[in-house]
Amino acid sequence: MTPRVTLAVAGRVLAQLRRDHRTVAMLLVVPCVLLALLWWMFDGNAGIFNSVGPPLLAIFPFIVMFLVTSVTTLRERSSGTLERLLSMPMGKADLLLGYALAFAAVALAQSLLAVGLTVGALGMDVQGSVLTLTVVSVLNAVLGTALGLFVSAFAETEFQAVQFMPALVLPQLLLCGLFVPRDALPAVLEAVSDVLPLSYAVAAMREVQAASSWTSDLVLDVSVIGGSALLALMLGAATLRRRTA
Amino acid sequence: MANKSPAVDISHLRVVRGGRTVLPDLSCTIPPGQVTGLLGPSGGGKSTLIRAIVGVQKVQGGTVEVLGQPAGSAALRRQVGYVTQAPSVYADLTVTENLRFFARVLGARTAAVGTVLDQVDLGHYADSLVGRLSGGQRSRVSLAVALLGEPQLLVLDEPTVGLDPVLRRDLWALFHDLAAKGRTLLVSSHVMDEADRCDRLLLLRDGQVLAEGTPHALREATGADDIESAFLALINRVGWQPDRQNGTPVRTRDKEVAP
Ligand SMILES: Nc1ncnc2c1ncn2[C@@H]1O[C@H](COP(=O)(O)OP(=O)(O)OP(=O)(O)O)[C@@H](O)[C@H]1O
Ligand SMILES: [Mg+2]
Repeated sequence: MTPRVTLAVAGRVLAQLRRDHRTVAMLLVVPCVLLALLWWMFDGNAGIFNSVGPPLLAIFPFIVMFLVTSVTTLRERSSGTLERLLSMPMGKADLLLGYALAFAAVALAQSLLAVGLTVGALGMDVQGSVLTLTVVSVLNAVLGTALGLFVSAFAETEFQAVQFMPALVLPQLLLCGLFVPRDALPAVLEAVSDVLPLSYAVAAMREVQAASSWTSDLVLDVSVIGGSALLALMLGAATLRRRTA
Repeated sequence: MANKSPAVDISHLRVVRGGRTVLPDLSCTIPPGQVTGLLGPSGGGKSTLIRAIVGVQKVQGGTVEVLGQPAGSAALRRQVGYVTQAPSVYADLTVTENLRFFARVLGARTAAVGTVLDQVDLGHYADSLVGRLSGGQRSRVSLAVALLGEPQLLVLDEPTVGLDPVLRRDLWALFHDLAAKGRTLLVSSHVMDEADRCDRLLLLRDGQVLAEGTPHALREATGADDIESAFLALINRVGWQPDRQNGTPVRTRDKEVAP
């Protein structure tokens, strides 16, 4: 791994994003608009907004990053630039970390906006610090990025990449505790939700909301999110082959 | 020349792609400091051979040695410049942004960006988005990227497709300039009229080396006026089988001619 190369990749991904105004809007504005819409839906009912707000603060960045990353990296694979890069003195880790770094930077901006909006303007009740909320939110976005990098290896077209959304993300959304508390799920489904990373992302957000300090549960949840992201990145690295058929 | 070891030395290379044997048993060498043309019909295995030399192709057997090391070795990644058949540059970045990025990856000097831009004659388009360039311009950006790190071996898969005669002449002049500086070039093409611009030719059909040698020797060997006819003559030889004998500039099954 060479920091020069990692940073070159991150800088390049950000430069590409800057040109793509629609994607920037999707990354930065759409989560905020959705959260505002939610607040509006539960017109005046602060209780409901307080209970669904934090999970959605975890879910939106995860989904958006998953989608954008899987399509972007797929484009890299199919355009021949990946083959070219891998024939150059570039480590696989440089490429993956470069991507992760670029999207983490975007995730930070996205989280600051979303947290600022929900906590600042819409009055969401949070015991924990805004900083903790932002950190957890960025980590969720990085998890989405890492999974997106990984699944892009299994798609051949952008159309196929998008299909991973309903296949891999929606089940996590259903089981993450947003609709039914996880401990109220049938035993089998609860066990399934125990191994889905998004469950921990939502749990972490709820922890931050409920407690003003880093509880041991929060530490555990955050470790699982970080560990899953790292695992997905390593699996992603394994799918990058310098030699292909 | 004779005592210099080859830049690329391939023996008994076997490549299977998607269940079909593309290169059954290919052996050839590419001399250093020359422009070698890789010619042959579409689907003959040119790109596959090139990929094997660059070290991005899975191979089923044989050896490919590049600049004295096994193809794909980490040390070779700085010494081999590769241009894929489809331009592999970022359409949503400008020409300069593309070149700067690859220069950073290669650890090349930033000044190299200006140099290669001039070499491919794209100075006026430095700030244009690659996605808004013509096909030929785009492939020249791709070529410029390969020139960045001043690699010892340049492997170019159809770099002159879609270019007008003037540009093609200029690029071939560039290739010979580079060869004169001691670099080795392997340039694929299925345009036979480019054959005469090469120092040496490698004719490939159905994954087999039909012939290798200088354009002149090849015409002599077949009694043809141009390479296209020489190529057809070689194909039409009844019962023709590829054969390999070391040290002969031209080898076809039934005839050997010195250059
Ligand atoms: N990705 C692939 N998967 C499976 N088979 C492939 C793949 N790419 C090429 N082939 C097969 O390998 C053979 C040789 O292809 P190759 O691209 O090396 O030919 P080529 O000489 O470069 O042709 P062209 O002049 O059209 O570029 C073809 O028969 C093709 O069907
Ligand atoms: Mg080809």
